[in-house]
Amino acid sequence: MSNELEFLSRRVASGKLSRRDFLGRAAALGISAPFANSMLSSAARAAGPVKGGTLKAGLVGGESTNSLDPALFMTQVPFAFGKMWGELIVELSPEGKLENRIAEEIGSSDDAKVWTLKIRDGVEFHNGKTVTAEDVAATLERHSDEKSKSGALGYMKGIETIKASGKEVVLTLKEANADLPYLLSDYHLIVQPNGGKDKADAGISAGPYKVTTNEPGVRHGGERFANYWQGDKMGHADQIELIVINDATARTAALQGGQVNMINRVEPKIVDLIKRLPGVTIRNHAGPGHYVFIMHCNTAPFDNADLRMALKLAIDREEMLDKILRGYGSLGNDFPINASYPLFTEIEQRKYDPDKAKFHFKKSGHDGAVLLRTSDVAFPGAVDASQLFQQSAAKAGIQIELKREPGDGYWNEVWNKQPFCASYWGGRSTQDQMYSTAYLSTADWNDTRFKRPDFDKMVLAARAELDETKRKQMYHDMAVLVRDDGGLILPMFNQFIDATGAKVGGWVDDPHQELMNGYALAKCWLEA
Amino acid sequence: MSSPILKLVAQRVALGILLLLAVSVLIFAGTQILPGDVAQAILGQSATPESLANLREQLGLNQPAYLRYFHWLGGVLTGDLGTAMSSGQDIATSIKGRLWNTLFLAFWAAIVAVPLAIILGLIAVRYRNGWVDKLISGLALASTSFPEFFIGYVLVYFFAVKWQIFPGISTVYDGMPFGERMQAIALPAAALTLVVLAHMMRMTRAAILNVMQSAYVETAELKGLSAFNVIRKHAFPNAIAPIINVVMLNLAYLIVGVVVVEVIFVYPGMGQYLVDHVTKRDVPVVQAVGLIFAAVYISLNIIADIAAIVANPRLRHPK
Repeated sequence: MSNELEFLSRRVASGKLSRRDFLGRAAALGISAPFANSMLSSAARAAGPVKGGTLKAGLVGGESTNSLDPALFMTQVPFAFGKMWGELIVELSPEGKLENRIAEEIGSSDDAKVWTLKIRDGVEFHNGKTVTAEDVAATLERHSDEKSKSGALGYMKGIETIKASGKEVVLTLKEANADLPYLLSDYHLIVQPNGGKDKADAGISAGPYKVTTNEPGVRHGGERFANYWQGDKMGHADQIELIVINDATARTAALQGGQVNMINRVEPKIVDLIKRLPGVTIRNHAGPGHYVFIMHCNTAPFDNADLRMALKLAIDREEMLDKILRGYGSLGNDFPINASYPLFTEIEQRKYDPDKAKFHFKKSGHDGAVLLRTSDVAFPGAVDASQLFQQSAAKAGIQIELKREPGDGYWNEVWNKQPFCASYWGGRSTQDQMYSTAYLSTADWNDTRFKRPDFDKMVLAARAELDETKRKQMYHDMAVLVRDDGGLILPMFNQFIDATGAKVGGWVDDPHQELMNGYALAKCWLEA
Repeated sequence: MSSPILKLVAQRVALGILLLLAVSVLIFAGTQILPGDVAQAILGQSATPESLANLREQLGLNQPAYLRYFHWLGGVLTGDLGTAMSSGQDIATSIKGRLWNTLFLAFWAAIVAVPLAIILGLIAVRYRNGWVDKLISGLALASTSFPEFFIGYVLVYFFAVKWQIFPGISTVYDGMPFGERMQAIALPAAALTLVVLAHMMRMTRAAILNVMQSAYVETAELKGLSAFNVIRKHAFPNAIAPIINVVMLNLAYLIVGVVVVEVIFVYPGMGQYLVDHVTKRDVPVVQAVGLIFAAVYISLNIIADIAAIVANPRLRHPK
């Protein structure tokens, strides 16, 4: 990097040079615009956050049916708004490390069965009360109640007792789990006064912004909470606003017209067009989300391992990544884990191989076409992807019959019901969570009907293992099992593609969720 | 006004109420046929058999359908639309704001569209078959033929993105200053105007042209009235019934048919509200919104009928 550029970028950060002039000079020095842009933002970060102003986001994923009760969060807007007003016990940092929030310290017994959360001093709720161990315990209790309808219930059921004493909360698990702190970073587990047992949708917690406006499906707004416990790190803008814009074109237009500072879910097919707009920066980064075709391992004809292998070899992953995601993603390898998970290990990439596919197909003894159900709602571009699959399989002599299902009711009637269909997964924060949710014999969402007692044992053993090297090996073995014997065909991992407008500073890619894991409005600032 | 008119009007109103009742049955039956149920829709991917059973019990989904219908109808008649299953909010309160927004947008679109359509229609008749007529008709037909989303996007592209005169998203909220609110709805109102314009304008033109063939118009022309006066004094009053009809039809459209425009401009009206709740299988809300839409449609039609009766001398003075 030339010294001159560095000097210039510092001048921009301190407001002595306009951004446009900087880009012009950078171009004159032969520096490409994206690189120059990234230099600028790192300079701005170094210059420090700017306080004040109103940051606005235009987001898809909000409905008039949304509620402020964190247990019921499902879509993107409540998720992102929750990160604004809510405070969690613990959170994942952009680097994938655990970052203590309301818990000051998390420790466990040697067998990972008893966990102790030490509650931080002096964290204040929006209503002026101090966060106590009782509030944290009550929150966890509410989410582990069968009647709570909480999205976190699945994991919370594994907690046997929750006890608050003094400044500590002690959790006893039914079975050992080395990943408990990761589970506690679930976005549903916002700490509320008395756990939200009095009024679950009051919208009161200890986050950087206080709820000022709550119009579900329209807009949500907040103002900076003066007594936020780490105000130097978050809550730079005076006000934040989340505007629900479910229409993709309207969202782009709003960013372009300057009505919002950031948007989520830019469609891969228009990314190249948006990139060229002045002032707009595309923020794409890898995450754990993936697009899949799933076969039920216990239903004919997919109960035949050779047929499953034939179909896995008959899909052209590279073509799909190129045509469906336009390169904004990475190749899948038929197990649901990628580099965004801690303890990930590489396994040899499976490639499109029509000859081998033909061999396995013949060996399976299957005769005739294979029925694949697909729909637009399965994932963006699912119908096109299914057609690509059909064509690449045809070259291997495998006939795939496509049935296009209506999007309405797809998740009730087709997914997890029919033996072969297209679908997607958003991913989880740890491998244990992902495997426990969808690959354990007893899991409700075992959508490939992958039922192997030896695999179940490995999941439980890895969960209780505190030695990282051993654990890594265990996860590697599990991945190989799913990849070679499972019912999962995973052609690609998709990226989160957000976009920001001019003057947005402080952006840091976060692999866990879109919009910096939902924190973009609180962690970014408006450059002067 | 004499009693035959009152009788006709009373008949229309009674018919309307009957129709509304029939519609309510249809709406209720229709929502029952939808695949999946509310409990499943609320829990979505996270549904486990036990949580499904719990929620179904809690929501009263285990009762027979006819019981739920009468329960619902009784509630509606006493002004209680029930509570939304998905969010637990009172439906009547949430609909009030949404309905007001939709009416607000429809009102301003109508204020522009109706006089504009009628005046353009009159001008087209005055210069019928000339280039003015052809230009007006051509433009109006073109704007109607384009799908609403296309018109919407074109407006957004030029007015919001290129020139940045009006905002491209029309989020309005309580307590928004009137001026800002008007600015926010400028583009959706313009889109709606363009969509309904041609229908009303063409109908005005056709109705007046029809009357222009009559003997009394010829007489009026012969006694030396100017072309505009002939239209204004003799043709228009006699053509008013079909015009009112088409105006009312379009007003109804402005209220019940704006889903697409609302989505494009992110306008918090009834259409968006309905769509959200259909996907969540929130039956009470869908029923309530459906019923309100039907009521608006039927009452505007009744008004059109009554206006046509009152405007028609033959119906006013039956032999």
